[in-house]
Amino acid sequence: MAESLKFHFDVDGDNFTSAGAASVEVKRKLRQLGFPAEVIRRVSIAMYEGEINMVVHARGGVADVYVEPNCITIVLADQGPGIPDIDLAMQEGYSTAPDNIRALGFGAGMGLPNMKRYTDEMKIDTVLKKGTTVTMKVYI
Amino acid sequence: MKIREIATLLDAEVLCGEQMLEEEVQNACGSDMMSDVLAYVKDQGVLVTGLVNSQVIRTAMMMDMHCVVFVRNKRPSPEMVELAKENHIALLASESRMYEACGKLYQHGLGSEGC
Repeated sequence: MAESLKFHFDVDGDNFTSAGAASVEVKRKLRQLGFPAEVIRRVSIAMYEGEINMVVHARGGVADVYVEPNCITIVLADQGPGIPDIDLAMQEGYSTAPDNIRALGFGAGMGLPNMKRYTDEMKIDTVLKKGTTVTMKVYI
Repeated sequence: MKIREIATLLDAEVLCGEQMLEEEVQNACGSDMMSDVLAYVKDQGVLVTGLVNSQVIRTAMMMDMHCVVFVRNKRPSPEMVELAKENHIALLASESRMYEACGKLYQHGLGSEGC
């Protein structure tokens, strides 16, 4: 793969059932491109957690994935409430998700820590009441 | 352990993935919290869960899991079964409770490395 590819997705914030569909699509495309299984898994899990976060906290958003031969970059942008305390949000087990989300199997306070765990770089840009952009990189 | 043995041990109904019953799986993890499942990468796992929604199947897909066992007689929706079929994931349903199901599988050699 000589040049970079870009994939764009709209993440529907009103539909928890379809959350993760973009990550599934990215996983399929990366497989077609022949990336190593471990890389594909790290990228898709990190993006999946991010997608779930956008649906749970920010009524959806947009996801852009840039695929280059030596690096995959995932940019997740929403116009949600923002993150008041990033250090707190990064702690495993800390969650502001409502109980109905916990009943669906998420909201354990593992989303952001998992995203960091599976990527080589993660940057969070957030402004209260404006939105959050999470940029993650996985190097090949 | 073969997926067929899991079905036998747990007296589980095979909801889809009959063609995968002879596949070997090395380890399993039991949880109703999908984020906890996502916290540990492991090859060829089995997910034992009492949670029923489409994110269970997506989580299994993300983790490259081959089999999901629903405990406490939980039944997935037709849409979930379809999603599992498309992605080559066997679905089993058992009346066992989580503790009992995990205990039986562990006792018969299905480990938990990484889970």
